[in-house]
Amino acid sequence: MADDELPDPDSEPFWQGCAEGELRYQRCNACDAAIFYPRAMCPVCGATDPAWAVSAGQGAVHACSVVHRAPPALADKAPYAVLLVDLDEGFRMMGGLAEGDPEKIAIGDRVSVTFREGPDGRPAPYFVSA
Amino acid sequence: MPARRVVPIHLTKAATLSLNKACAIAGVAESRLGAVPDATVLTLQAEALAGALADAGLEKADIDGLFVSGAWGRLPGLQIAEYLGIQPSYSDTTMVGGSSFEFHLGHAAAAIQASLCSVAAIVYGSTQRSRKDRYIFQIRSDLGYQYEAPYGLPTPVGAYALAASRHFAEYGTTSEQLADLAVSTREWARRNPKAYRREPMTRDEVLDSGWIATPLHRYDCCLFTDGGGAAIIVSPEIAKTLDKPPVWLLGQGESVSHAQISEMPDLTVTPAAVSGKRAFDMAGVTHDQLDVVEIYDSFTITVLLTLESLGFCKPGEGGAFLANGRTGPGGEFPLNTNGGGLSYCHPGQYGIFLIIEAVRQLRGECDERQVADAVLALVSGTGGVLSSNSTCILGLE
Ligand SMILES: [Zn+2]
Repeated sequence: MADDELPDPDSEPFWQGCAEGELRYQRCNACDAAIFYPRAMCPVCGATDPAWAVSAGQGAVHACSVVHRAPPALADKAPYAVLLVDLDEGFRMMGGLAEGDPEKIAIGDRVSVTFREGPDGRPAPYFVSA
Repeated sequence: MPARRVVPIHLTKAATLSLNKACAIAGVAESRLGAVPDATVLTLQAEALAGALADAGLEKADIDGLFVSGAWGRLPGLQIAEYLGIQPSYSDTTMVGGSSFEFHLGHAAAAIQASLCSVAAIVYGSTQRSRKDRYIFQIRSDLGYQYEAPYGLPTPVGAYALAASRHFAEYGTTSEQLADLAVSTREWARRNPKAYRREPMTRDEVLDSGWIATPLHRYDCCLFTDGGGAAIIVSPEIAKTLDKPPVWLLGQGESVSHAQISEMPDLTVTPAAVSGKRAFDMAGVTHDQLDVVEIYDSFTITVLLTLESLGFCKPGEGGAFLANGRTGPGGEFPLNTNGGGLSYCHPGQYGIFLIIEAVRQLRGECDERQVADAVLALVSGTGGVLSSNSTCILGLE
């Protein structure tokens, strides 16, 4: 796919953060909204100068699914858990479970971010039970 | 600082526009369905269009508006017009997933009301089963998708599974309740000769069908078939000249809320909450007046969330609403009477088939699965990952 075009101009600081062990998001200078994923316009108020910020990486599981029928490239990894995590700074993102039993993670569990190589070799945010 | 508007609300025309009886559906048809190895994506659209024109009693030369959706080829709106030999004076290639055709119906009504066209054809086809053009199932990693791609969520099923997980956790919804919808839908399919899966199915068979992505089992998921469909939409003046009873569009609303599941504002409320209210208001009807309801069933959870968002039951009550055969033949809430995407057909973007079935029910053409004396139907299409919804209310004169 388009992996060779990543990072792109919107995402470069985010992926650079992952490489440095930082979970970066944006905060709107005009309305203070927490913004994820990174973009050039605040989706709440329309301001065009979102500032970069660093998350403490702590949050709660908002939704989770254990994938049994994986896409072909990940078939040998299944079953694995995919999470939506609400970070304490007020944004939501998808993440994988870095370690532990995928059947044990549950909605509401506290988790913290860690960084692991994703399928394309780039460090990406994953989560572990806090 | 909250989001700020400049335009005064009384100057926004969408607040006042009514499409009530702006157009009627004059003809509908499917192509061959199921596994159709000897057809291209264009063949099936030609088949469906020919059938819909015959059903309407109109000719291809009458068509001046063309509504197309798909991700095949390079420029589907041009390729299908060329193949069919149509030079439309009005074109719409809205692509918002499987609900695109319910969007088309509203857009066709508006175009006809504005005298931009008078005979509109909505066409769709897919050969995803036989020709493996599974474009919709590739994991993308560009633009916004780069933030989801590393985690291997199968698309679209994994996104619906995440929404289901949230509904289960918030409201205690169960796999048994979702399975009951799959069983009721199969019971309808058993009464539809065109349905792909017609053998009996039990709740336990659904629950034992294997996990795809928890909490969704294999039989919580739609079929993967070939197929095409078409509908002919005409102005009120033309509708009154045709042999078959016109099926009127009484109300329509549409809404889009996100593209990726991590961006969905509330995992248990779909854009049907917005589009449905608009459709009901425009039609001037209430929920209990509806005779038959056709709701996009890409997955069992799609139906549950859409029913709640449309206001057929309160948030959290969808599981009980669907359980124990309530929506099956003989049940008090006839739902997805053709057997749905779960058991009849699902060629990638299923929304055109919701319209086809609603029209046939209202005309009384459904034989063994006919809902008696149906005069008012609701069609609700959901596309993407609970991303887009258009809801249409249809009725006889
Ligand atoms: Zn803002």
